[in-house]
Amino acid sequence: MKLKPEDINRIAEKMHAAANLRDGSGIARIVVHMGTCGIASGSRNIMKAFMDELNKSGRKDILFTTSGCAGLCSHEPMATIERKDETPVKYIELTPEKVHEIFEKHVLNGKIVTEYALGKGSERMA
Amino acid sequence: MADFRTHLMLCAGTGCVSNKSLEVKEALELEIEKQNLQNEVEVVSTGCQGFCAQGPIIVVKPDNIFYQLLNVEDIPYLVEEHFLKGRQVEKFMYNPPDSKEKIPTLDEIGFFKKQQLIALANRGLIDPEKIDEYIGRGGYKAAIKALTQMSSEEVIEEVLQSGLRGRGGAGFPTGLKWKFAAGSPGDEKYVICNADEGDPGAFMDRSIVESDPHAVIEGMMIGAKAIGAARGFVYVRDEYPLAVERMIKAIKDAREYGLLGEDIFDSGFDFDLKVNRGAGAFICGEETSLIASLEGNMPEPRVRPPFPAVSGYNGKPTNINNVESWATIRHIINNGAEWFSSIGTEKSKGTKVFSLVGKVNNTGLVEVPMGVSVREIIEDIGGGVLNGKKFKAVQTGGPSGGCIPESLMDTPVDYESLAKVGSIVGSGGMIVMDEDNCMVEVARYFLAFTQQESCGKCPPCREGTRHMMNILTDITKGKGKPGDIDMLLEMAMLVKDTSLCALGQTAPNPILTTIKYFRDEYEAHINEKRCPAKECKELIHFDILEEKCTGCTVCARNCPVTAITGERKALHVIDQDTCVKCGICKNVCKFDAVRIES
Repeated sequence: MKLKPEDINRIAEKMHAAANLRDGSGIARIVVHMGTCGIASGSRNIMKAFMDELNKSGRKDILFTTSGCAGLCSHEPMATIERKDETPVKYIELTPEKVHEIFEKHVLNGKIVTEYALGKGSERMA
Repeated sequence: MADFRTHLMLCAGTGCVSNKSLEVKEALELEIEKQNLQNEVEVVSTGCQGFCAQGPIIVVKPDNIFYQLLNVEDIPYLVEEHFLKGRQVEKFMYNPPDSKEKIPTLDEIGFFKKQQLIALANRGLIDPEKIDEYIGRGGYKAAIKALTQMSSEEVIEEVLQSGLRGRGGAGFPTGLKWKFAAGSPGDEKYVICNADEGDPGAFMDRSIVESDPHAVIEGMMIGAKAIGAARGFVYVRDEYPLAVERMIKAIKDAREYGLLGEDIFDSGFDFDLKVNRGAGAFICGEETSLIASLEGNMPEPRVRPPFPAVSGYNGKPTNINNVESWATIRHIINNGAEWFSSIGTEKSKGTKVFSLVGKVNNTGLVEVPMGVSVREIIEDIGGGVLNGKKFKAVQTGGPSGGCIPESLMDTPVDYESLAKVGSIVGSGGMIVMDEDNCMVEVARYFLAFTQQESCGKCPPCREGTRHMMNILTDITKGKGKPGDIDMLLEMAMLVKDTSLCALGQTAPNPILTTIKYFRDEYEAHINEKRCPAKECKELIHFDILEEKCTGCTVCARNCPVTAITGERKALHVIDQDTCVKCGICKNVCKFDAVRIES
């Protein structure tokens, strides 16, 4: 399908709504950072662990996605958890056990697991 | 607006208004006037900020403090504390549900605080394999603008005015490069993305291609439009499998959307891209070698002029830029040259991505405005040297760069300032070294790399790097002779002056800077056969201190060559003839009884 400029704008609006969890379909989003640094330090297992948790919970309102390097390579594997209307939280040095705890407490129940969290919010754009 | 020191972004979306944000606004303005701050603090009403559950909310700019659930009664206290006395009021700040401990915002974390993202704007935010996510973050808007609303001249002018300089290392003005390629006669032209990143410890380009491949494609579309090219190549080394995979997927998706192909956006502009995998020769990062490799020839640099802008791929005008330069283009087209040139220093505009590695706490990828100091990058962003050791030097620009010592840590990071101290911005590698790093060994290591990667075309580079490496190897083995330093300096200048391409021209930089700033270490190796950093194996030996050894036998049990003897609860001794200086005994000793002597 060949896009016209207006199609780009339409996709942008649709994606923007989804990215902000505003279209009502999701309560939370899990982003596992999978650059080479993340993969080398085990992010594939982290991804699997999140997906297992997700399958076990049977929840359909939690979005799962992957992304690239988050910049802080020495603290990989990392993931970002964002609940609807809340600031995103970055977790570092994850293990499948930590994933289980984060999923139960933060993703499902909104309690940030401060022990494993690096910080919250977004990076500064120029 | 500029007169106000602080702006209060008060949410006046429907959610907050129903939570009485307009009353809060009135109270704020009243109180600000009462404290006589009306010329310093301005209240701005914004649309919904998306955090309706906590309304009414305000965000204090520029420090990004977030206050929530405000009442009219809270306002006098808030205004007095924060805006008059400058104390943030914690009790109104956002508190994550059910967490007692407050976790910091990314702005409060050193690593993120001083970073400013342009080339990495999408990092960690999008799925690089989903084109819609890129579009969702404003992707391909710059391409629409450049293709349907701007002339080629206007695009070139915008890039020229922005002051963007090549991010691959040399720092040549990108707009000028485009202008030359556009002005070269010929109706068959090419654009190339140089993703043949080969510096040890550098992974900026890798990460950009892996996490945001469409940003590179969009930049190349705009560049192709500017110079009149219909085809392009992404030359990426095969050692970057994920980058290759994601770029190929991105090109395929862009084609499906008609963003690559014929008559893009019905503008009459055709453009398509192909990925070429490089076999990992460092020399292919040099533009004429890269082009030779693309053509299927031996990757050897050739004399310039003619520059690729006149005669490049298959003898046709070709514009070649680095990954980071390409990924920056769309932001310049979207936000304008003036915006970009407002960031950075007088001669080095915008931001630069560095890969921060070595003996530093936070290793990773950082993007900072040009002109921040080496110290800020290492101490504030990098979190200082690992294990509380003392900083010794930082190598910038990879094997072509130089070592910057502690005394020059306040040097601003821009093209001119780094050149002045004998180093380069280069592609952006930054390797931090501490007191345990021997600077002669550092020079030897980098030279060993360039010597192996020299293509061999120019004798001064081919032979000179080898001879210099032999001298350095001798010095690290305690076989240095008086006069070696002068010989190194002389050969370094010769190789610099008589090599055809940047590999040879810059290979001596690590030697020149380490001699300049750490000559005493060279002299200790040569004259006293001593390695002050205690790193050069031939010049050190391990000893067990009598007063600290408890006779626990751990070292003896772990020694791979059984060089350590001693009875339980009695002093252990290392047999120097058997010892291979692996350092395991020092690592396993719980009583700090093993010492390295030199």
